[in-house]
Amino acid sequence: MNKDRPDNTPESEERRAVLGKMASVTFAGLMLSGVLARAQDAAPQKTLIPAEPFRASSDAHQDVLIRMQGELERAMQRPINERRWGMVIDIRKCIGCSSCTVGCVMENKLPPGVVYRPVIDKEKGTYPNVERTFLPRPCMQCEDPACTPVCPVGATWKREDGIVVIDYDACIGCRYCLTACPYQARTFDFGEHWTDNAAQGADGALALTAARDYQNPPNFEYGKHWKRGEGIIPKSPVGNARKCTFCTHRLDQGMLPMCVSTCVGRATFFGDLNDPKSLVAELAEAPNASILKPEAGTHPNVYYLK
Amino acid sequence: MNRNAKIFFWVIWILMALLGGNGVIERLTMGHRLAAYTSYVPWGMWVAAYIFFIGLSAGAFLLSSLVYVFGVHKLERIAKLSLFVAATTLVMSLLTIWFDLGHMERNYEVFTRPHFHSMMAWMVWLYSAYFALLLGELYYALRRDLKKLSADAVRDDDRKLKRLATIGIPLAIAFHGGVGALFGTVTARPFWNSPIYPIIFLVGALLSGGALMTFIVAALWPEKDEAWEDLLRFLGKIVLGFLLFDLLLDWADYSIPLWYGVGPEATIVKYVLFGPFWYVYWIVHLLFGVTIPAYLLSRKQDAKSIGIASVLVAVTFFAIRLNLVIPGLVTPELRGLEHAYIDPIGGHLSYHYVPSFFEWQVLMGVVALGMALFYLGQKYLPLMQTFNNREVSK
Repeated sequence: MNKDRPDNTPESEERRAVLGKMASVTFAGLMLSGVLARAQDAAPQKTLIPAEPFRASSDAHQDVLIRMQGELERAMQRPINERRWGMVIDIRKCIGCSSCTVGCVMENKLPPGVVYRPVIDKEKGTYPNVERTFLPRPCMQCEDPACTPVCPVGATWKREDGIVVIDYDACIGCRYCLTACPYQARTFDFGEHWTDNAAQGADGALALTAARDYQNPPNFEYGKHWKRGEGIIPKSPVGNARKCTFCTHRLDQGMLPMCVSTCVGRATFFGDLNDPKSLVAELAEAPNASILKPEAGTHPNVYYLK
Repeated sequence: MNRNAKIFFWVIWILMALLGGNGVIERLTMGHRLAAYTSYVPWGMWVAAYIFFIGLSAGAFLLSSLVYVFGVHKLERIAKLSLFVAATTLVMSLLTIWFDLGHMERNYEVFTRPHFHSMMAWMVWLYSAYFALLLGELYYALRRDLKKLSADAVRDDDRKLKRLATIGIPLAIAFHGGVGALFGTVTARPFWNSPIYPIIFLVGALLSGGALMTFIVAALWPEKDEAWEDLLRFLGKIVLGFLLFDLLLDWADYSIPLWYGVGPEATIVKYVLFGPFWYVYWIVHLLFGVTIPAYLLSRKQDAKSIGIASVLVAVTFFAIRLNLVIPGLVTPELRGLEHAYIDPIGGHLSYHYVPSFFEWQVLMGVVALGMALFYLGQKYLPLMQTFNNREVSK
């Protein structure tokens, strides 16, 4: 039996009932072990696959993604100025798989050279006493961002819900904000394409249609269609500063940020820090929660659990 | 200039203009893809060139103000020339930084979408005002030589000149101090984040602008008489004075963070002094930019030495500017970020920066254009009239 589980949970009650029935059967002794094993398997599966995947449940054993999904829906019903989006990353759970980085690149159709959420791979010690830790680095969506006041045209600002955004149609591409961010969370769109260095065939890059098709459709950052393009007057976001937006376009559709959804280790948590019952609010208050570079004085809304 | 030197000069100019033209076409058609600066070293040689040219402009302008505001008669002969050099180098600087923008077509937004927090916005507004003022001053300074004016009108122009030049002094100090503040206010960059920067920028402007003017007078002045040599010696002293003052500020800026050798700023100063580009500081700046010119200016008094010393100071000052912009950016803000994610296509996620040939080409184009402007100006405008000529014209 699972010792971690208190005996008054619905699962254990159910298990007792099963056991009671089995005990009355003549070949109980022979059957018991097999049924027990099946009962144990069935119980957690039942809570892991709920009937309505996008409804919050108060069940303690539900997947954190389901819980955060419910909290997200709850938060979206409140006015924007009452929300404060935050993220908590448990670096004890992060296995450095870079699924978040890749998910982000796919979701935002990031070209080469633009990255919103790299994973820093840290190695400590000398062989054989070596330790590796991984530190995903999204935009910190700081309370007092250093990147926004420097913009000469006011093309970047902090939204009421705490997300630092860029107006691609206004950004002049001076890159002052890139120098001002203490986390280097902004990158510049140099206008590259993934097939740039591919061999050229009669109909263009030999990276073939699939690759070309991948890099050509628009991305949906800020809920708009952005079709990149070069030339004397480049089409935004080419020639712009770019950054992680906590996937505002997904939030508007009631979806969690892509990096949260793709995290295989459930190491990234997202939600409304203004909601004291939310998972992120709980975790951000944990004694082992910390922020990066507190000395920068920017008060990030991204916390790390160590 | 003798014939051979002229031919050599023209060959160099045509080469620079051709390469520059190619660079500018590449910039317009390919955008920033050929540039070596990255998202982690987002400002490169063009930004360094921009602050170098704009410093030359502020320095040359302040030199002219010594005449128009403070009545330093010794410099009267080069006042108009200084104004014209200030305007030319300003055009060069603005062109360089314009090419550096990701969206060149949106530059007007600094006026239509003003953001009063931004030091960069202030800098743009101030140098725009300065540009307008420069043109006004040039107009009133040159008008008397281009058409006949009554004595009253000349006196009236003199008054206007003095008024404009008086406004120009705080304006030049504010805008170039503002360029220093643009870097000094960036708290994320420990190497830049220093209250001494606006002062360093102003002294650097006076030094480099003064040196450029001295070189132009030494090399191109039409009448190389006694008064010319006298003027050169005076200019040489000004350059030497600013050279030593700049060295003192240099010492303050480097020795304070380096003293105990600990901390992020010390790491960067060590990178400047002993890193892969150590020679930019020791050889280009300290040897050719300080030691040799200081020796020539203090020990030798002849025109040739003063000319060589000042051209060395003016040109090597670009090394100081490179050593200010780039080292401030080469250390990762988060350790390990340099390996976290790479750009396999253009290499634009790197902390390693050496200007690409494309960047050099665009810079050459800007320099060639500046030289052309200067050539045309001194050919068709009465910039270098000697006292004798002026008396004749009167």
